[in-house]
Amino acid sequence: MAADKFPVEAGHIMLFAHAIGDANPIYHDAEAASKTEPGGVIAPPTFVQASAQFNPDNTMRPKIGQPWFGSGKEATGIKKKEGEDTGSGRGLHAEQHYEYHRNLEPGDVLTAITKEGKTWEKEGRRSGKLKFRESITEYRDQNGELVVTARSVGVQTERAVEQ
Amino acid sequence: MALSAIQLSVGDTYSEVIVEDLKRTQLVQYAGVSGDYNPLHSDEVFATQVAGYPTVFAHGMLTMGMTGKMLTNYVGDGRLTNFGVRFSKQVWPGDDLTSTATIKELREEGGEHFVDLVVSTKNQKGEEVVSGTASARIDA
Repeated sequence: MAADKFPVEAGHIMLFAHAIGDANPIYHDAEAASKTEPGGVIAPPTFVQASAQFNPDNTMRPKIGQPWFGSGKEATGIKKKEGEDTGSGRGLHAEQHYEYHRNLEPGDVLTAITKEGKTWEKEGRRSGKLKFRESITEYRDQNGELVVTARSVGVQTERAVEQ
Repeated sequence: MALSAIQLSVGDTYSEVIVEDLKRTQLVQYAGVSGDYNPLHSDEVFATQVAGYPTVFAHGMLTMGMTGKMLTNYVGDGRLTNFGVRFSKQVWPGDDLTSTATIKELREEGGEHFVDLVVSTKNQKGEEVVSGTASARIDA
């Protein structure tokens, strides 16, 4: 989740709050937010996840002129050889942890630097062998101050789970 | 309104329905705003025919984001000091989710008061989809 420049913008915060179904005025109404304890619009607790928008290497965003694994004419845009297992579509999010050092406000410009953490394996009941991979991302503001520390654990499953 | 230590006890709970009858459109909204366009969450053809799931399902981070709404409604704006979860089960379109925070500990550190919470989000079948912890600064 690396990003050189992640501008925190009021419109983006409002849309993020819409998407998580949070009608709290502190995310969209500057006038109402000015009367709250933080004293202005702030970002919701999981907002830094949207730094993916500013990550040039985000593999979960279709890129112009490049194959995309979602459907078009075919069910997937990635051609694979007979019998080949690319593991596509079985990477899942296992854990997410945030430590908050201060509130994020419109006007902040963050940088995100991600470091790889531990890796481990486990036998899953529903989805076969599970391979876990941890990463730690530090979000710093325009003054180089640490504002959010994020620890993410991803898992690659052997097979899809049933509903 | 922030919480006040004097009015809280270990074991106190706060619950909220965070979504009823989750719509596929909300998954599209979350994809668009977060930048996670993984077709598992919005592309029925890919999710069923390629990845082998019964249908599309919610981003874990959408469920965490909705769980965070319950937390900030409880502890007040800008009061969280940490929030972490494990995603234990998929959340599917049509699900109803309820989030609960339970007070695990009340503590004082350097003259400031904090509450430590156990966080759990369950679906309409009572299955836990997200479990975790959070801490927040509270008033004396």
